[in-house]
Amino acid sequence: MKRVFTLFAFLMVLTAFAASLTAQSRGEVLIKNATVMTAVRGTLEGTDILIRDGKIVRIGKGLTAAAGAVTFDATGKYVTPGIIDAHSHTMLSAINEGSLAVTSMTDVKEMLDPTDITIYRALAGGVTSALLLHGSANPIGGQSATVKFKWGRPAADYIIPDAPPGIKFALGENVKRSSQTQTQPGQTFRYPRTRMGTMEVIRDAFRRARDYKQAWDDFRAKKTKIPPRVDEELQPLVEVIEGKRLVHCHGYRSDEHLNILKIAEEFGFRIGTLQHALEAYKIAPEVAKHGAGASIFADSWSYKLEAYDNTPYNAYMLWKAGVVVSINSDSDERMRRLNLDAAKTMKYGGVPEEEALKMITLNPAKQLGIDKRTGSIEQGKDGDIVIWNMHPFSPYSHPEVTMIEGEVFFDIGRDKLNRQVLAKEREELEKLEVNRAPGSGGTPPARPAERRVAERDEADRGEIGGNNQ
Amino acid sequence: MRSMKRSVISFFVLGLLSMGALAQNDASQQNKTGRAGTFAIVGAKIVTVSGAVIENGTVVIQNGKITAVGAGSSIPSGAERIDGKGLSVYPGMIDSSTGMGLSEIGQGVNASVDIAEIAGNNANAKAITAVNPHSSHINVTRVNGITTAMSAPIGGVIAGQGAIINLNGSTQAEMAVEPTVALVINFPRVAQGGGFGGFGGGFGGGPQVDFNELAKRRDTAVEELKKTFTAALNHGKAMDAYAKDKTLPMVATNLVYEAMIPYVRGEKPIVFTAERARDIKAVAKFVADMKIKGIIVGGQEAWKATDELKKNNIPVIFTNIYSLPVRDDDPYDSLFDVPSKLQAAGVKFAISTGDVGAEARDLPYHAGLAGAHGLSPEEALKSVTLYPAQILGVADRLGSIEVGKMANVVVTDGDILDPRTNIKHMFINGRMIPLTSRHTELFDSFKDRK
Repeated sequence: MKRVFTLFAFLMVLTAFAASLTAQSRGEVLIKNATVMTAVRGTLEGTDILIRDGKIVRIGKGLTAAAGAVTFDATGKYVTPGIIDAHSHTMLSAINEGSLAVTSMTDVKEMLDPTDITIYRALAGGVTSALLLHGSANPIGGQSATVKFKWGRPAADYIIPDAPPGIKFALGENVKRSSQTQTQPGQTFRYPRTRMGTMEVIRDAFRRARDYKQAWDDFRAKKTKIPPRVDEELQPLVEVIEGKRLVHCHGYRSDEHLNILKIAEEFGFRIGTLQHALEAYKIAPEVAKHGAGASIFADSWSYKLEAYDNTPYNAYMLWKAGVVVSINSDSDERMRRLNLDAAKTMKYGGVPEEEALKMITLNPAKQLGIDKRTGSIEQGKDGDIVIWNMHPFSPYSHPEVTMIEGEVFFDIGRDKLNRQVLAKEREELEKLEVNRAPGSGGTPPARPAERRVAERDEADRGEIGGNNQ
Repeated sequence: MRSMKRSVISFFVLGLLSMGALAQNDASQQNKTGRAGTFAIVGAKIVTVSGAVIENGTVVIQNGKITAVGAGSSIPSGAERIDGKGLSVYPGMIDSSTGMGLSEIGQGVNASVDIAEIAGNNANAKAITAVNPHSSHINVTRVNGITTAMSAPIGGVIAGQGAIINLNGSTQAEMAVEPTVALVINFPRVAQGGGFGGFGGGFGGGPQVDFNELAKRRDTAVEELKKTFTAALNHGKAMDAYAKDKTLPMVATNLVYEAMIPYVRGEKPIVFTAERARDIKAVAKFVADMKIKGIIVGGQEAWKATDELKKNNIPVIFTNIYSLPVRDDDPYDSLFDVPSKLQAAGVKFAISTGDVGAEARDLPYHAGLAGAHGLSPEEALKSVTLYPAQILGVADRLGSIEVGKMANVVVTDGDILDPRTNIKHMFINGRMIPLTSRHTELFDSFKDRK
């Protein structure tokens, strides 16, 4: 009991210490003398940024802050907007409700894990916001979450309150493959298995959603007397039709992405983003005309057949055609180096530097409908900012400070201090009976979670089906 | 699923339905092997790697070799002059642990995958006999400044023999620098279930087994491996004896043991895949016991076993820059910082993508990230040029800009490790390589579509 108490007391101290590392007053933050890459109005040398109560209030030279303001001397350093990853499964431990072809009633917000260490690693890579998506096992997947990585806070604090809601759609191989997994003896395969069936499933869902909307409209107009039964499956799709919910549509081949654009046009809405979209360059004019964004990898290819026709010039060709392009990770690992992925677009085709930076900041913000508050360094926007040791497109660069709304969530110096605290905690914990060294008697230790699989969309690996992961 | 690590591909292969064969490449990129000639790169910054940087120098390429390097080198008459003003000359980069050419599309196209044989001992399986010279991975990789790779199999305990290949040529023979350079062994490890490389470690599975029991199982597997080595040594002795004295009984053919002979005799290196410190230390002991030449590939915790590695002259091919820290409470930069720790401890190391092939073009950025986390830019460059050449025993031919070496030369408009840098010219084995690839072709086909 005494030992437990000691541990408890230690953890309390630790928590207090950790809190002191991250908490920042809601007052003023001043970044001094930085090279500021605004992502909208060029790069400003020797420039200060003043943040008050989480918002950028001034950008200029020789700014001063109120007494007690937190000040960062950024002489010789670079400052960018926080990176936004428009395709992630971080914080989600299971993402594919693939048992049905349409699972619009599900919502990844039901299962956000704010203790996922990936969040902190992403912050250390300069990422402040992300779109957390359902998997790609079925044509219409679940609802998504648009979050800021407020490490140390409860899950509810992560969700950006005024971000438009979203939903995941999926086309192609993953949907096909997920049909081929027979989950239980005697159970039939899930429809669809082909690209033909996939489009019909989506069309059928929207026809039903349109009917459902009509039924409600009639009831509200008092044309009918009995209210329609509430349908959790169709309600989100009605929101899509009404332009209130963004569709993020996973797909690879250009023909199927073109087909989803046509279905959207048939039902009178606009696709928010084509996700992956490795062949979107083949239909760049059509994508631009429709107004969908493209959320793509910088250069991944060949990991499956439908990924064979990618080219790293995809970003350039789409940008040139006027499409809003973002570079995403879809990976807990890759998320940490999106700055270098953005840099690659300068080489492949010659995207200008600021446009390349936009592809990991302002453009994903636009795609997620949060560009009024974040994505660039502008007066009035959230203080979502990264201070880099050098130009963020240099291979030798790394973030030194990552802040969200003026609050520091990663600081390289504090991280080093925190390591000592963690080492002490580990030492204390290892002394406990339940944690005795392997082979020295006592209870076997819990199996450590070796998160070696960076990509969490198991539909990508053919593992979907039943209750696996 | 984006970058596919070599260590996990067999997992996909086993679990998937075959979808049959398909075109794996573009006919128009085939047989684009460049042109031979005498070339002089004039007035460039020469990053020799092995020596000092020459700010304004000339590199001459003739008969496939580098024939002159320096500020005042004379240019042979008839040489094709390449203006190097504002450009930098580097040795071609070497990715020292890949499956280049052995697997075109890992998921769903089984017929394009030849990377893992099914036996436990595949010593006679040679990558050079399965590398597809017309794989699109090859042209895509080389135009990023990577001229050379070790391509090696991954299946079983003894996976087979890796080849050092130049990323150019229309036949396997044209590509081969060293057709059989090293034997790959997936060293038995202490682990709870799962395949090697830690895959599946976090997914629950069967009941937990006591650590001592697991260590015992590993030791048993190592003893088995030693027996196999002894059998191969004996096979070699018997073959030698029969060669000298034909009155002795003829030795029954055993291609597997025969393939192992130069490796078990310590004449050629054996590449051991190992990540954890305890497994790396076990490899070190095995190398000492069996008196062989060892190389670690993987090496997550090699920095915890530096004494053992140095004592037994075991270098490390580190393939974990693009890997997440293993444990939740590992520092965020762990694995990024392993090369700098190995360098500080004096362990010989190289950085490799460890990729099957498609993502090997990211090799410079793997090195660059190590450079962002403690390694000097100079050491980062060496880790993908001279160091892998030394580790694989080909530094007499590759890895630096020196007179007499094979002319694997890359001319850039900036730091070769920088993702913004463009490759302006490249030479492999003295041939000037067209800077086209499957990806430039797709670009050209669609860039003007309205």
